[in-house]
Amino acid sequence: MSTEAVLVRKGAYYDSVQLMRVSRALADTPGVEAAMVAMATDLNVTVIRDLGFTVPEAGPGDLLIAVRAHDTKAAVAEADRQLTTLERPGTATSQPPLTTRSAAARGPADLVLVSVPGEHAFCEAHDAVLAGLPVMIFSDGVPVAQERWLKELAEERDVLVMGPDCGTASIGGVGLGFANVLSPGPVGVVAASGTGAQQVTSLLDWAGAGVSHILGVGGRDLSAEVGGLSTLRALRMLDEDPATDLIVLISKPPAPEVARLVEEAVAGLRTPVMSALLPTDLTEAAEQALRVLGRSVPEWPSWPGALREASGKTLKGIYAGGTLSLEAAAVAGQGDFVDYGDDAYTRGRAHPMIDPTLRVEALSRAGGTDVVLMDVVLGHGADPDPAASLVPAIAHTPAAVVVSLVGTLGDPQDLHRQAAALRAAGAAVFVSNAQAARHARSLV
Amino acid sequence: MSPLSAPSNVITAGAGLLDEALAAQAVPTTPVDWRPPLPGTAEALVKVLADPRRQAANELAARRLTSARPYLVGVRRASEVLPSGTFLHAGPPITWERASGPMRGALIGAMLLEGLAGDEHDAAVGLAAGEIALRPCHEHASVGPMAGVVSPSMWMFEVRDEEHGGTAYCSLNEGLGKVLRYGAYGPEVLDRLRWMDTVLGPALAATLERTGPIDLRSLIAQALQMGDELHNRNRAATSLLLRELAPAVVESAPARAAEVLRFINGNDHFFLNAGMAAAKVSTDAARDIPGSTMVVAMARNGTDFGVQVSGLGGRWFTGPAGVPDGLYLGSYGPEDANPDIGDSTITETSGLGGFAMAASPAIVRFVGGEVADAVRATRSMYEITLAEHPAYQIPGLGFRGTPVGIDVTLVARTGLLPVVNTGIAGRVAGTGQVGAGLVKPPAEAFTSALLALSGAVSDPFE
Repeated sequence: MSTEAVLVRKGAYYDSVQLMRVSRALADTPGVEAAMVAMATDLNVTVIRDLGFTVPEAGPGDLLIAVRAHDTKAAVAEADRQLTTLERPGTATSQPPLTTRSAAARGPADLVLVSVPGEHAFCEAHDAVLAGLPVMIFSDGVPVAQERWLKELAEERDVLVMGPDCGTASIGGVGLGFANVLSPGPVGVVAASGTGAQQVTSLLDWAGAGVSHILGVGGRDLSAEVGGLSTLRALRMLDEDPATDLIVLISKPPAPEVARLVEEAVAGLRTPVMSALLPTDLTEAAEQALRVLGRSVPEWPSWPGALREASGKTLKGIYAGGTLSLEAAAVAGQGDFVDYGDDAYTRGRAHPMIDPTLRVEALSRAGGTDVVLMDVVLGHGADPDPAASLVPAIAHTPAAVVVSLVGTLGDPQDLHRQAAALRAAGAAVFVSNAQAARHARSLV
Repeated sequence: MSPLSAPSNVITAGAGLLDEALAAQAVPTTPVDWRPPLPGTAEALVKVLADPRRQAANELAARRLTSARPYLVGVRRASEVLPSGTFLHAGPPITWERASGPMRGALIGAMLLEGLAGDEHDAAVGLAAGEIALRPCHEHASVGPMAGVVSPSMWMFEVRDEEHGGTAYCSLNEGLGKVLRYGAYGPEVLDRLRWMDTVLGPALAATLERTGPIDLRSLIAQALQMGDELHNRNRAATSLLLRELAPAVVESAPARAAEVLRFINGNDHFFLNAGMAAAKVSTDAARDIPGSTMVVAMARNGTDFGVQVSGLGGRWFTGPAGVPDGLYLGSYGPEDANPDIGDSTITETSGLGGFAMAASPAIVRFVGGEVADAVRATRSMYEITLAEHPAYQIPGLGFRGTPVGIDVTLVARTGLLPVVNTGIAGRVAGTGQVGAGLVKPPAEAFTSALLALSGAVSDPFE
């Protein structure tokens, strides 16, 4: 018979990757049914509760050891043994780098990915640029003056700064941040919008066109304050890249003086450049790119929902992707849209692409006269099984639900399985966000 | 490398999830064990890091510190170095009123030694009345271990930096136990100091004239490879110095040679003071470089722990001195310990002492633990230092140079404070040494220096 134990170790800090390995090793130990060793962040506490444990009071600086086993004492001892191995110096875990500066000095890295809280991101990104390394700043909330300053320094040092607030990038097939698994191909993307780039590139992938690189620049790069420094650099880099035959630039309309700089730069490139200025129909943008490449435009897959009365009065958009939300609002031309990926909803909480809680709550508030339109974004970095948490909420809501499923067949979540689960719960599913928005409008 | 080829290794700072996403794509990563900076430093860090002078200033500061070539060139009576009516003391400035037990004891001892008071009580009255000016050693090109009290009739090592031309001084080491630097001032303490004044000082002066300058950089480098960390263990360095001096002592003071050599041989810490002067002259070479965030002095007066930074001139940034954690002599315990005291942290400031713990497995139990702890202490200090010393190397780390050049921005970012080895003085004046161990500097000494650096630069984002 199994028993449970949940222990709190006050102030014991371990790296989350190490803890992930301890958890896995513990879970694989004979006699252990379920185990998680993790820092008591809100997110982790939720996960441990979801495993059926009762979690005592603990803060993000405390370590939680949760086990369900035939012999909990032995399991906890095993956890401690694993943790001690992490602590023992002179083993593989000898002094980890505590700053990007230190990590860069150790040698092999050729790219830096910064996702610390925005107020601290400058220090790490600055280390990267000084070390001559390109950097992607996933963090949001970095003051625009700091962004400008970093990008000017990057000009001097001849490196690319992607972001801040750069949600996705892909370089030579390696996805960074929230990244779909894309087949290699001729389209290079310069994106001031993460989910915008994910929609366009995943559609190109569906069409078999493939993508060379996605270079994110951050939502403010084309503002007058920042002056498009990263966009201009990214355009030059893609122009010099032999794998790129067409460049797609996805951004809000640039500030007028920046627009002029971009136009001049584009005129000097050998590679054709296509702009998708937000908010716009991103599916149409992908289709236009296909036509420029001389490829045919396929039927975008969709899975109509189960039969649920289409008698909605109000369209409610509950989105994880800001650009997808704007696009859907523009295409639908009506409704109330909330972007749960906005700063206001992500302070002290993981992004809705990882943490479904807020959108599950929103679904539970929807009524019988609502049509709910939402995105589910797949790929590396995103929730490993988003349908699992959304399906019960979708199945229970009296509202009609339309899902825009942004992803590719290569994504680790298994797109077909996700689509099937969402559909079985009653949602209509589209890989094109614009088509999803039109469908939702038709239900109102 | 073309930036548009797949990254071969990605540094990840922040969300473990994004690191895992790379691992899922079989891309090797170098994860940063990132933590938020020390409270209240976030804004100052951004401003100071953006100071365009900083990088070059720190490179220069670290280069000057590590390229110094300290030579022991002589010994001098302090009366030649000191302003009249002045005693020197360890650490940042202190008044009699705020002075701790051992500091008061050492000052009383100096009054008695100099014949400025007839007894302990008169000495205390005179000191309280301000009859003697009290100035930090550091302000007079000097350093002193523990109380660091220097009065005119004490002799000092004179060390010259042949690379940059600076000179620094440090008193001669009296030995362990009941000694002035630990606040003892009994008759045996004063007798020993008088013997040092009349016999040891003159003999060493004549000896060093005969030997010529002794290369301390080379001697320290050798001692590190022989198991010293040059703060709490100086046995190898003392032996090496004795070997250099012995023939010349015999030649220049034949009648006194045996007692002089026996005195040096009887004190494993005899070299400490010469090493401190070497560290002082090296760190002084890195002073006053505008924009540099490198620490050029850490020193304690038994009440305050103070820090000086290259880019901030002679300003002191202080916090309360902590009580060391360590091993106690005899029946003494932590309740007998005075807060941290002495200029000997100049060794850590120059990449020795606690920073070189991995070189000194012999004393790891003395300062709290296993050999692995010593290795870990040294390894962690690379995270807050600007350079690795080209000459001071650690055999057990594959002859890696010791971590050197503490950067206040890195201290604030990592929350890691310098590892300091130290002796422990009794809190009651006159007690002497009660133990030795490790001490944690107060974070506010470093954060207030950082805030001052931030206040001294114009806003780079305007």
